[in-house]
Amino acid sequence: MAKIKLAKSKVDKLVEICKSFDNEGSELINVLHKAQETFGYLPAEVQEIIARELNVSVAHVYGVVTFYSFFSMVPKGEFPISVCMGTACYVRGAEKVLEEFKRQLSVPVGETTEDGKFSISCLRCVGACGLAPVVTIGERVYGRVSAGDVADIIKEYQK
Amino acid sequence: MEKYKMHILICGGTGCRASASEAIQSNLQEAIKAKGLEDEVQVVMTGCFGFCEKGPIVKILPDNTFYVEVKPEDAEELIEEHIIKGRKVMRLLYVDPENKEMISDSKHMGFYKKQIRIALRNCGFINPENVDEYIARDGYAALGKCLAEMTPQTVIDEIKESGLRGRGGGGFPTGLKWEFAAKNEADQKYVVCNADEGDPGAFMDRSILEGDPHSVLEAMAICGYTMGADKGVIYIRAEYPLAITRLKVAIKQAREYGLLGNDILGSGFNFDVEMRYGAGAFVCGEETALIHSMEGLRGEPTVKPPFPAESGYNGKPTNVNNVETFANIPVIINKGASWFNKIGSEKSKGTKVFALAGKINNVGLIEVPMGTTLREVIYEIGGGIKDGKKFKAVQTGGPSGGCLTEKHLDTPIDFDNLIAAGSMMGSGGMIVMDEDDCMVSMAKFYLEFTVEESCGKCTPCRIGNKRLHEILHKITLGNGTKEDLDLLRNLSTVIKDTSLCGLGQTSPNPVLSTLENFYDEYIAHVEDHKCAAGQCKALMQYVIDPELCVGCTLCSRNCPVDCISGERKEAHIIDASKCIKCGACMEKCKFNAISIQ
Repeated sequence: MAKIKLAKSKVDKLVEICKSFDNEGSELINVLHKAQETFGYLPAEVQEIIARELNVSVAHVYGVVTFYSFFSMVPKGEFPISVCMGTACYVRGAEKVLEEFKRQLSVPVGETTEDGKFSISCLRCVGACGLAPVVTIGERVYGRVSAGDVADIIKEYQK
Repeated sequence: MEKYKMHILICGGTGCRASASEAIQSNLQEAIKAKGLEDEVQVVMTGCFGFCEKGPIVKILPDNTFYVEVKPEDAEELIEEHIIKGRKVMRLLYVDPENKEMISDSKHMGFYKKQIRIALRNCGFINPENVDEYIARDGYAALGKCLAEMTPQTVIDEIKESGLRGRGGGGFPTGLKWEFAAKNEADQKYVVCNADEGDPGAFMDRSILEGDPHSVLEAMAICGYTMGADKGVIYIRAEYPLAITRLKVAIKQAREYGLLGNDILGSGFNFDVEMRYGAGAFVCGEETALIHSMEGLRGEPTVKPPFPAESGYNGKPTNVNNVETFANIPVIINKGASWFNKIGSEKSKGTKVFALAGKINNVGLIEVPMGTTLREVIYEIGGGIKDGKKFKAVQTGGPSGGCLTEKHLDTPIDFDNLIAAGSMMGSGGMIVMDEDDCMVSMAKFYLEFTVEESCGKCTPCRIGNKRLHEILHKITLGNGTKEDLDLLRNLSTVIKDTSLCGLGQTSPNPVLSTLENFYDEYIAHVEDHKCAAGQCKALMQYVIDPELCVGCTLCSRNCPVDCISGERKEAHIIDASKCIKCGACMEKCKFNAISIQ
């Protein structure tokens, strides 16, 4: 992965986040949540600063980041598409919907389109099983989506 | 709530909010304002009503009218007709699918008739962001009773006598667990609420937290009192933003009322609650893994003993209970163990909340007494199988559970019966499948989940599940052999026997139960290379029946890869070599001319 030099303002922000949790190593997950909220993702440079501030090893931070699926080391698209692959959505055809998004945008799950607009990911149950299959794009929830609806949904964001 | 003459309750659960229940709320409020009825009618956003299939739900009190599938644009008519003129808006009432009668009171609906709501008692009744409404429904009375009239030991005895067992899936007697934690002396102890609901297809914990957060806070304080803990921690999934918000509001209000904090209700008992966020790891539902995650570490489980009751969070005695378990506690204290233990079956007392989903007419959240049969749940409450298809299986217990079939339909559901039938209670997900679902693919789907979620600490789970998944994948591609089926069975047994924690000890269940109940289907895949359900793409082909095709060209226009050819008004042909088997053509065809072979 290419090294990104973090701007000083970003480094300061990270230091501030760590400080708000008293630089406690046991607060690592909370710190990572805040950091991801601020930066959108957790590149290696961010992890290095967090490790330094909390006085834990970078390996430890990396171990935690890669363990939990909520944390991402790559930036998401401007419009992050999540297809629910919970069982309820799966039996009502979520797989076909996912295939169609992948095909139309030509990106695999977990990656972002070249123009940075869309990223595709799977998520496990948003608890709206009555609306299965469910797709979320950012905050917006689409219910009872079929493969045939995919093109129209994407179009909404391409303007 | 006396001040107003009428109340309009709107479901504010995640499902209904996704269908614009917030817009319904603001439109209703506008319409009420326009008519100058602000002092007469109150609009309340409640927790989940449970009947998600028919959401968004709007209920009007005092006459208990239950409106279904309401849209924001219906708001004006509801106010004009129902509130002002006193006439029900017929087109928004629920229609009984059997006799086509309109039903306006939910208690007469098949979906609600058999339900007894204990854990969900306040969901859909109160505004979860207003502690006064919780108090009005006996909220915090149980805590008051414990602190004023009961010793820690009598509370524990009451819970033991109630027969309450852990609702997170394990089914361990809650009273006993509390007693263990109480007996271990330490300068600091913790009460932990496990709200890391990771089962795909289960959403009862989130609904309780969204609809009735105070019931969990009250129960945690009671638990703290029994074991001598003054700190409570709720470990909740970061993916549940609404539940997090409502909990934060509830904690703040409880503190303001002196129901959390120091010297609660003047008893000298101190207890406060904080929150920790999960970050998406199914294994963190296991209590030792959860505790490690709370400590900021990778959520890997450790061998028990030591049990958390001896050495848990920060090495101190810790009691971990699930959300639904906690939600039962205040009712048991208020109504007594002898009331509670009359509900349910011999060894499983009380009720259980299930998330009913999949190919069923009434998707939603239900709460039934333990011992209710699967048939009652699927056909009477669930309203039967969608689109008149044939019932094939019901999957209970999520990725750790199994598939039950026709022959299990009359089994009374409780902890022990489900295990005897080769599945388990789990947290209460219940996914119904019909004839179009391939059981081999289903097993593969669950293994995919397990492989992704295995923490990797122990070998049988990390590598064994991966191998299981590979074999299943091979079978769905049509390359499996009969020997593979024996291998699946042997490997499953080894993984179950040798894995470190609950995840690995149960992960082969979907494979074993489908092998047991649908062996013929596996044989069809490996010997005849056929998938009767038509789900395994490699084993099927879309064909157009030239007799039925009228040449409308709809299929070829909708084919994403242009593999359908044919002249207008003549039978079309699918080029199998180019077809990606997406099924778009079959979905679009109005003449049922396209089928799977």
